[in-house]
Amino acid sequence: MTVRPSPDDVELYRQMLRIRRFEEKVLSSFSSGIFYGTTHTYIGQEADAVGVLACREEGDIVVSNHRCHGHFLAYGGSMHALAAELMGRATGVTGGRGGSQHVQWEDFYANGILGGTIPLAVGMALAEKVQHSRRIVFAFMGDGTLGEGVVYESLNMASLWSVPILFVLENNRYAQTTPVQLHLAGEIADRFEAFSIPVAEADTVDVIEIHALANKSAASVRAGEGPRALVLHTYRYGPHSKGDDTRDPEEILRYKKRDPLPLQGDRLDPDLRQRVEKEVEAEVAEAFQRAQDDPLADPASLTSPLDIAP
Amino acid sequence: MNVLQALNGSLHACMAESEQVYFLGEDILEPYGGAFKVAQGLSTTYPGRVITTPVSEAGIVGLGVGMALRGLKAVVEIMFGDFIALAADQIINHAAKLRWVSGEKVRVPLVIRTPMGGGRGYGPTHSQTLEKHFLGVPGLRVLAVTALDDPGGVLKSAILEDDDPVLFIEHKLLYAKPVISLVESSEFSLQRSGERYPVYHLTIAGSPPPMLTITAYGYMAELARQAVQRLAFEHEIFADLVIPTQLSPFSLDPLLESLAKTGRLLTLEEGSHTHGWGAEVLAHAVETHGPRLQAKRLAARDMPIPASGPLEKSVIPDVEGVIRAAREMIS
Repeated sequence: MTVRPSPDDVELYRQMLRIRRFEEKVLSSFSSGIFYGTTHTYIGQEADAVGVLACREEGDIVVSNHRCHGHFLAYGGSMHALAAELMGRATGVTGGRGGSQHVQWEDFYANGILGGTIPLAVGMALAEKVQHSRRIVFAFMGDGTLGEGVVYESLNMASLWSVPILFVLENNRYAQTTPVQLHLAGEIADRFEAFSIPVAEADTVDVIEIHALANKSAASVRAGEGPRALVLHTYRYGPHSKGDDTRDPEEILRYKKRDPLPLQGDRLDPDLRQRVEKEVEAEVAEAFQRAQDDPLADPASLTSPLDIAP
Repeated sequence: MNVLQALNGSLHACMAESEQVYFLGEDILEPYGGAFKVAQGLSTTYPGRVITTPVSEAGIVGLGVGMALRGLKAVVEIMFGDFIALAADQIINHAAKLRWVSGEKVRVPLVIRTPMGGGRGYGPTHSQTLEKHFLGVPGLRVLAVTALDDPGGVLKSAILEDDDPVLFIEHKLLYAKPVISLVESSEFSLQRSGERYPVYHLTIAGSPPPMLTITAYGYMAELARQAVQRLAFEHEIFADLVIPTQLSPFSLDPLLESLAKTGRLLTLEEGSHTHGWGAEVLAHAVETHGPRLQAKRLAARDMPIPASGPLEKSVIPDVEGVIRAAREMIS
């Protein structure tokens, strides 16, 4: 595929950089004790969320998983509200109820149970279909999720009832610390094709390539042609959560040579690129500072509906 | 009208009243109408909104959650209550959590109907009473219908009026039981309290003050009713019977009021004895009335449900057992 810079290049880069800098800040701040719980960062996979969700239209639904920060930011979620959520602040996306992996805002739903979200996503797509809304569902999952049986029940029904859903399978090659060759038999694409769900597959971190593939698949879904799957082979640079990285450093370095950010950044005018980088750094610094200045979630809020405006 | 007809009529009424209601389940299409026939006639009357599904209990409950999140009212039938274990993740980690995690921004108006209980010789995986495992799950409502009053109305409230996920328990042996209306019985005085999901308070009409409070739900409430009658007429033991429709969240004020008069509590359930519903009832009773309360729990023995008739009968509580326990408490 020939890739040319387009006016969207800056925005694609900016969105990926927002995720990268946010996640770097999360990892580097963890030891200072400002966060509750744990985290699962998206560093290295940014092109997936940004490339795919650039196809999103108003009202479309996004179903995400434990590694949801990148999806949430690419969806348009507030960086400040996400930082505040990690810090257990009243101003967090869910006011401190959900934390890092249970983020629900507008039409974005994330949950920390692998695979458990997939039938929900199919049910939402079915509901949109029978209500003739033209909305489609983007359902993200990882290679580890393919070990969960309910995923296959869901693929079967998605295909059987031809619901408007795009499954986005991000193969980052590890389920926590277990490499894909130790937890997965057969081919990933075959799993979808077994249910007659057409698959587009790419081993790339090029956001433009991913966007083009996603656009095509999303268009088919939107046209009422039934579910589609996008299998994206990627890599995460960070640990599964934090301090649980058992991978060979050489391997990580090898994948860092195909980093989605410089690949896209190099397509920009250097001055423009620098400006974007400065702006994103300022945005991240401001989001974290504001979140840290916000009040901690009040236990009294647990008994009343929250009024959250990220 | 029996309980089966009441529930079936209620499903028809709900689907007629709201186009948002969708019905999903295994083998529910005509002419079969579901393993216990509760779905009879639905697929021909509302073909677009009745969906027969693969054998995928977790999947279809999850789909129901997704549909509920997006403006529909999903009713999912799980063919046998035992199969609810397959959908536990969807119920506990998704349906019950979403409203709360979202900060009350989303609702999950989902009803999962399922027949529980033994008495038909189906053996260890088709006869269980598993609802106790779902009691006390925050965000989940667990209801159990009886043959009293208006079982169809309870189902209709759950489907059309309730914003929260409901696990709706139907006992297999109730289906053929005639519905007993509040006004019909001359032997009992039957009072209803609570609004959407009633608590029934039953006494022998014109009896002396009660000596004992019995509480039970679902089909066991029917056994308890027979026991209360025989205790009065054969043994001159007068008992209050308190029957909740909603098991969880826990709410049993009429029971606690009755105990203030009797000081004796007998709980009856078909689930296995240890860590059961009765234990929770008893804990509330003791917290309210103190350690001088006299109490006993009757439940199924702590073992799987056998298939053979005599074996099954020896595991599940019966009317004789209730009478025996009540007499022991009074003597």
